[in-house]
Amino acid sequence: MNGFPILSIALFAPLVGALLIAFLPRGGGRTIKWIAAAVTFVSLVLSIKVLVGYSFSQGGMQFIESVPWVADLGVRYALGVDGISLPLLLLTNLIGFSAVFASWQVEERGKEFFILLLILITGVMGTFVATDLFIFFLFYEVVVIPIYLLVIMFGSSKRVTKEYAGMKLTIYLLIGSAALLVGLIALFIKAKGLLGFPSLDIATLAGLQYPVPFQVFVFSLMVFGFGTLISMFPFHAWSPDGYAGAPTAVSMIHAGVLKKIGGYGLIRIGLFILPIGARYVAPVIAVLAIVNVVYAAMICLSQKDLKYIVGYSSVSHMGYVLIGFAALNLISINGAVMMMFAHGVMAALFFAMIGNLYYKSHCRNVDDFGGLAHQMPRLATGFMLAGLASLGLPGTVNFIGEFTIFVGAFRVYRSLSIIAIMGIVLTAVYILRALGAVLFGTRREEWDHLQDLQGLEMVPLLVLGGVILVVGILPFLIMNPINSGVGQLLASVGLMQMGGNF
Amino acid sequence: MGYELLGAEILTAVIGLLVLVMGLLFSENSKGTAAGIAIPGLLAVLVWVALNFHHQAVFFGGVYQIDSYGSFFKMLFLTAALLIFFMSGKYSEAFGDRGGEWYSFIIFATMGMMVMACSGDLITLYVGLEVMTVSFYILSAYLIKDVLSAEAGLKYLIMGALSSAVLLFGMSLIYAVTGSTVFTAIGETLRTAEGVQPALVAGIILLVAGFGFKISVVPFHMWVPDIYQGAPTPVTAYLAVASKAAAFAALVRVFRIALPLDQFNWTLVLALLAAVTMVVGNLIALVQQNLKRLLAYSSIAQAGYILVGLVANNAYGLKGVLFYAMVYVFANVGAFAVATAVEVDTGSTEIKAASGLGQRSPLLAAVMTACLLSLAGIPPLAGFPGKFYLFSGAVQAGYLWLAFLGLVMSMISVYYYLNVARVMYTEASQKETPLTLQLQARLAILACLLGTVIMGLYPAPLSRLAETAIRPLF
Repeated sequence: MNGFPILSIALFAPLVGALLIAFLPRGGGRTIKWIAAAVTFVSLVLSIKVLVGYSFSQGGMQFIESVPWVADLGVRYALGVDGISLPLLLLTNLIGFSAVFASWQVEERGKEFFILLLILITGVMGTFVATDLFIFFLFYEVVVIPIYLLVIMFGSSKRVTKEYAGMKLTIYLLIGSAALLVGLIALFIKAKGLLGFPSLDIATLAGLQYPVPFQVFVFSLMVFGFGTLISMFPFHAWSPDGYAGAPTAVSMIHAGVLKKIGGYGLIRIGLFILPIGARYVAPVIAVLAIVNVVYAAMICLSQKDLKYIVGYSSVSHMGYVLIGFAALNLISINGAVMMMFAHGVMAALFFAMIGNLYYKSHCRNVDDFGGLAHQMPRLATGFMLAGLASLGLPGTVNFIGEFTIFVGAFRVYRSLSIIAIMGIVLTAVYILRALGAVLFGTRREEWDHLQDLQGLEMVPLLVLGGVILVVGILPFLIMNPINSGVGQLLASVGLMQMGGNF
Repeated sequence: MGYELLGAEILTAVIGLLVLVMGLLFSENSKGTAAGIAIPGLLAVLVWVALNFHHQAVFFGGVYQIDSYGSFFKMLFLTAALLIFFMSGKYSEAFGDRGGEWYSFIIFATMGMMVMACSGDLITLYVGLEVMTVSFYILSAYLIKDVLSAEAGLKYLIMGALSSAVLLFGMSLIYAVTGSTVFTAIGETLRTAEGVQPALVAGIILLVAGFGFKISVVPFHMWVPDIYQGAPTPVTAYLAVASKAAAFAALVRVFRIALPLDQFNWTLVLALLAAVTMVVGNLIALVQQNLKRLLAYSSIAQAGYILVGLVANNAYGLKGVLFYAMVYVFANVGAFAVATAVEVDTGSTEIKAASGLGQRSPLLAAVMTACLLSLAGIPPLAGFPGKFYLFSGAVQAGYLWLAFLGLVMSMISVYYYLNVARVMYTEASQKETPLTLQLQARLAILACLLGTVIMGLYPAPLSRLAETAIRPLF
């Protein structure tokens, strides 16, 4: 540990903010929001600083902090970032910061809202910087409960009640995490037998040779756990209902970063520690991924509610990430991580725009809108930017992700990739149809009272929209770290050569 | 012989008697007097035990064991008793002029538990158990004018007597086979014996049934919901945390020293009991409408989790038993403390009575949520490392299926725990006024919250303590 614990500060800044807010007198109003904005800004700046300060020539885990935590379990409070976690850390803070501004209109019970939101942001961030399995899991489960409370207290009931949506989401994720925890404990006990001392350090665990049946078993448990989180078919049902019921900020964080913990976990923990298990199970993941892509896209075609469209589309897009992972080669996994970043920014922007529109119109139904670009040109810009990114238009960051995934995956799963590429066409159909119906066409008088985005409402659009374009045009900003991170991970498990011909 | 080593037990007995006598002498302010003696007294005993944590002594040829294992549980009982004294707050006004004696009964129960945790002999164990149980008979029926409470006392008396009889019968069979009531001697005889005698099997089964009643393991759990619901809420809290921990303390010692588990392959039987307990407790809890009944079924499920540690019968598992028993005290007393405050305010123990608590008292709602989630084992609360120990032990002992079942059931339990949170945070309350608390109750609630959060975030100190505590068993 060298001096300045930058990751810890970034990690706990939101928590400090939450504590400050908790001790504010009742009805702090503005102050609460500014505190939330300030602490998320601190985390954002620090994560950019980490990205800039990361040395590619050195590689590996950097900004390491490690303190013994629970001796007899071998737990250390260990943080660090490498090329895989860097983009996701940045993503978390970009979205966290934007989410605060997307919730600027929350007035009633604002104190509870921002406390829970900040705890949530800390939890998500923690999973991406933890290098100890115990600490990882601790943060992983921390996120579930604030989400539930946020959904039931601030969510909206449309097709399903918010209570139903919240509980469905919670139970799905927790049952998934139970499987994950069983796998983790089995791994821990096995490793203790092999090592002779207890350890939960991910790198240490990855250095061991586990028997093949054990690897397959534990990796399957992880696929169940992480697969639920990344909404892999058939464990995806929580996702659209959950997003629809959740308040804007939660939808943003959930679709934007929380799901990515699933993909991140599969790579960082599943593949890294249990490479042979990953090789055995990968074909199954690939097939399920295709179901994700196509089936969810088909459902999108028949949705009327904007949040459900984006919800199912995020299920569909996670299929790309999964197939990228399942191909198990450098290019495809690079693409998967890039796609996670890209989809996170895009989905967060989409939900921010929908949230804003819903707040002003109390309506999310595609058919009820029309020609909104007349009244709300800025909002329409945000929608179009997110929509075009979603269908992978070149120039947006999503194109980079999708293209890389298919280049990598095509070598391994030829026919599956072709089917998946069809998914892009379906995406274009439902996105363009929905956006066309909402934004364009004749002006409708009943929406004349809607105000366009202004003032602080612009922050999510500027931040997230800016990232979509900047990284879309200069992809190496994010791709370089990813490439270095994934490359080292694969080199250490020795999969580079065999990935292609399995 | 160093009788000063028995200081904790002697002091506790003296304090109990003193409280009883003083309560009679100063009958106009019996409650204040009693509290004035009981709270500093038990605090002093707690400090005494903590200072003498590592002392080790064997009395009367193994009949009574002073060791770190016993000390750990003594600290647990004393902490629980103190928390109960604080949290009862306004509730104890309902006891009328018997408010003073209430303290002495809790103290006598505590003393019985201490004897149970330290006993190295079946008879001593039984004496401790009866001291505890008889105190609880009285305590359960303390609101004698309340039909439910009177019924609870009577039911507990009948069921408790029955289970004591079963336990005694089991003990007598074990004595008949081995010719001794001292744990170490029993263990010695059994280790050298050839084959397993049927009488011994019957004895162990009856013993497990008798203990199963106290720790509320399915199928010996039928009494729990009625008595938890009927007894005065602070008493229920004490019954749920301390009496269960005491029975576990004795059970673990019996199975480690007198009847070594590995010798008879009893673990499978216990594993099945634990599995059934976790499933039944959690599933029935899903449909409860009354907060105390909900906590009763949840405490049945919790007994199942703790039993997993005994099934594992290795360092992680047993450490888990101790660790979990301690965090269970904080979480459960916290939940009951909030339930008590709500009951004092609204007069009801239904879950609905807590509606709107999120606005009426954010602190109480937050404590309730945190404590319930700790019971469910959600990090970063203390229940999570506890379950991690328990289930790591089970996996290490080859009971992967049990760990899987336990973890899935704990996630299912989140449903009913969060249901309480939902009522507190989203439903409109009948009353609008903020709910205020006495200082004492507020202290107890904060202690429970801090204990639950700190032991969850930084479990190392408690885990080291538990590690020291289980050393005498190996």
